[in-house]
Amino acid sequence: MTELPTAGRTLRAHPPGVSAAKARRWGAFYYAEQVLRVMKGYGWSIFLYSVGQPAAYLFAMGVGLATLVDTNTVSAFGGVSYIAFIAPALLVSAAVMTAANEFTFPVMDGFKWRRVYYGPHASPLTPEQIAAGQIIAVTLRFLLQSVIYFAIVAMFGASPSGWGWGSVLVATLAGLSFGLPLMAYAASIKEDKGQFAMVMRFIVMPLFLFSGTFFPLDTLPVLVRWIGWISPIWHGTELGRVMTFGYEESPVLTIIHVVFLLALAWFGWVLTKRQFVRRMGQ
Amino acid sequence: MPELHSAEGTSKKPVPANETGPTNQTEPGAVPAAPRYVITAENLTKTYGDVTAVDGISFSVPAGESFGLLGPNGAGKSTTMKMIGGVSQRTSGNLTIMGLDPEQNGPEVRAHLGVVPQQDNLDEELKVRDNLLVYGRYFGLPMSYLKPKADELLEFAQLTDKAKSKVDALSGGMKRRLTIARSLINEPRILLLDEPTTGLDPQARHILWDRLFRLKEQGVTLILTTHYMDEAEQLCDRLIVVDKGRIMAEGSPAALIRDYSTREVLELRFGSERNASIGAELGGIGERLETLPDRVLIYTHDGEAALEEVSARGLRPLTSLVRRSSLEDVFLRLTGRSLVD
Repeated sequence: MTELPTAGRTLRAHPPGVSAAKARRWGAFYYAEQVLRVMKGYGWSIFLYSVGQPAAYLFAMGVGLATLVDTNTVSAFGGVSYIAFIAPALLVSAAVMTAANEFTFPVMDGFKWRRVYYGPHASPLTPEQIAAGQIIAVTLRFLLQSVIYFAIVAMFGASPSGWGWGSVLVATLAGLSFGLPLMAYAASIKEDKGQFAMVMRFIVMPLFLFSGTFFPLDTLPVLVRWIGWISPIWHGTELGRVMTFGYEESPVLTIIHVVFLLALAWFGWVLTKRQFVRRMGQ
Repeated sequence: MPELHSAEGTSKKPVPANETGPTNQTEPGAVPAAPRYVITAENLTKTYGDVTAVDGISFSVPAGESFGLLGPNGAGKSTTMKMIGGVSQRTSGNLTIMGLDPEQNGPEVRAHLGVVPQQDNLDEELKVRDNLLVYGRYFGLPMSYLKPKADELLEFAQLTDKAKSKVDALSGGMKRRLTIARSLINEPRILLLDEPTTGLDPQARHILWDRLFRLKEQGVTLILTTHYMDEAEQLCDRLIVVDKGRIMAEGSPAALIRDYSTREVLELRFGSERNASIGAELGGIGERLETLPDRVLIYTHDGEAALEEVSARGLRPLTSLVRRSSLEDVFLRLTGRSLVD
C-alpha cells in the first residue's frame, strides 16, 4: 500500500479484508467515537447543562418549595423529604429531555440536513452499526450526565439509601426507553415541519408534569393516571425512588418498571434499526 | 508536492477486458490478489416503484482503468454508482466488485473502495484533519497509521494550512478536495467519483483533475460520473453514455467521437429568424446538418471546405466557426437536446 518516505518508515494501511473484519466486529464503536468527538465540540454546554440543571432545580425545589411542602405533608411523599422525593424524578426527567434532543435533531442531520450518516455508510460500516454507534455515544452521555446529577443530589442529602447510585443506571435506561422509539420516528421523517418542537411540547412536557414527578401519581384523577402508566419517566422515577430512599412498592411493580423500560428500549431499537436499513439502502 | 505511492510502486496499465476474468478474494486479512476486472455488471437493474432508474446495463472495468459514466440528469448514473458502492440494492442482474457481491459482502466490498459522493457529507462540526482521522477509524485503521497518513493526504489535497480549521470555513473547492482526501484514507484501489467537480470554479476543477490524474497514474481505478464533457475527455480511458437507464454507447472518447460524430463541425449563425429556414439551402454540405434556434451545425470531415461551399452558394452567415468535434456533440446526439430537470 502507500509508502510515506518522509516518515522514515513504511506506512501501510492494512488490507481491505482486515478493515472489513474489524468493522464487522467493532463498527458501532467506531461510529460512537465519531459522535463523541462531535459532542466534545459542545462539551462545555453538556457539562454546564449536567451541573446547572440539577443545581437549579434542587435549589429551587429543595430550598424553596420543599420548605413549604415538608412543613405540611411529609407523609404524603413516602416518608422522606420533598427534595428526596423529587430528586430521582428530576434525574430521570433530565435523561429523557437529553434523549429528546440527542435522538431527534442529530438524526435529522444525519439523514437530511448535512447527511453525515452517508459518509460512514460508504465505508465498511452498516446502517445498523451507525445507529448503534449513535446510541452508544448518547448512552455514555446519559451516564456522565446522570453521575454528575446524582453527585449533586447526594450533596443535597437527597439520596439516603446506599443503593442510590443505581438511579444513574435507571435514568440511563429511561433515557433509552424514551429515546429509541423517538429515534426511530426521527429516522422516518423526510421533511422537517417542526415535529420535534411538537414532541417537546406535547409529549415530553406532559410526561414530565404528569408522571409522578412532583407529586405521587395516585394523587391525580384516574382519568389522567394512564399518562404515567405509559410514561418511561414514571416507571424510571418509581424505580429511582426505590433505589434512592427505599420507596415501598410491590416487588411485582418494581419488576414491571424494569420490564417496561427494557421492552420499550428494545422495541425502539428494533424500529430504529429497520428504519436506518430501509432508508440508507434506497 | 508529494505523490501518493501505489502499493506496487508502479503505474498499472488497463488490462483489456477480454484477457481475463474476475478472481475472488474473501479471506479477511489476506493480501488480495487483485482481480483483473475489478467491476463486472450484467443486466444491472434498479427500479423505484414504477420508475426504472437503471435498465439492464452491462459493463466490465479492468484494474487501473479510468471509466466514466456520462448522461443527463436522471439517466441512472448515481443509482449505478450507489449499487457499485454497495449502498443500494439492485432489483435484478449481477454485480461483482473485486469478485465480491456487494449485497452479500457489503463491508468487504466497501473496504476496497474510496467514495466521493455527489453531495459533500463531511463532518462540519469537526476540524479538517479530524475528518480524515475519524473516517479512517471506520476502516479499523490505527491512529499510528492515520495521523501521518492524514498529514500526507492534506498535503496532497493542498489543505495542510487548513488542518485545524472547521470544515464549514472551507470553500466549495476545498471541501471537494477534502472529500477526495478522505476517500483515500484507506488507500483504495477503486475510487468512485460522483460528479466530483460540479459547482466548482475552473481553477478548482483543474486542481482536482490534476490530483485525479496523479491517482490514475498510480494505478487507482477511477469510476467517474460527470456531465462535463471536457472532464470526461481529460480523465476517462473509456466511458459509457447512459440515458434513461440504458447504455447508448460505449468506448474511448476518441472512438465515440469517431463513431458518432465527424472530425469537424462548422457552426453558422444567420440570425435567429433565418436559421430555421436556411437548412434547405445548405443541403448536401457535410455529412449531417443540425438546425438549432441560435445556429446551424454542419458535421463534416473538412470544416474549411464546407465553409467555402457555403460561400460559393452565396450564403453569408453573420458568424462562422470551424472547430473539432467533441464529446459534447456525441453526447447531445445520443441523449438529445431537450432539457432534463
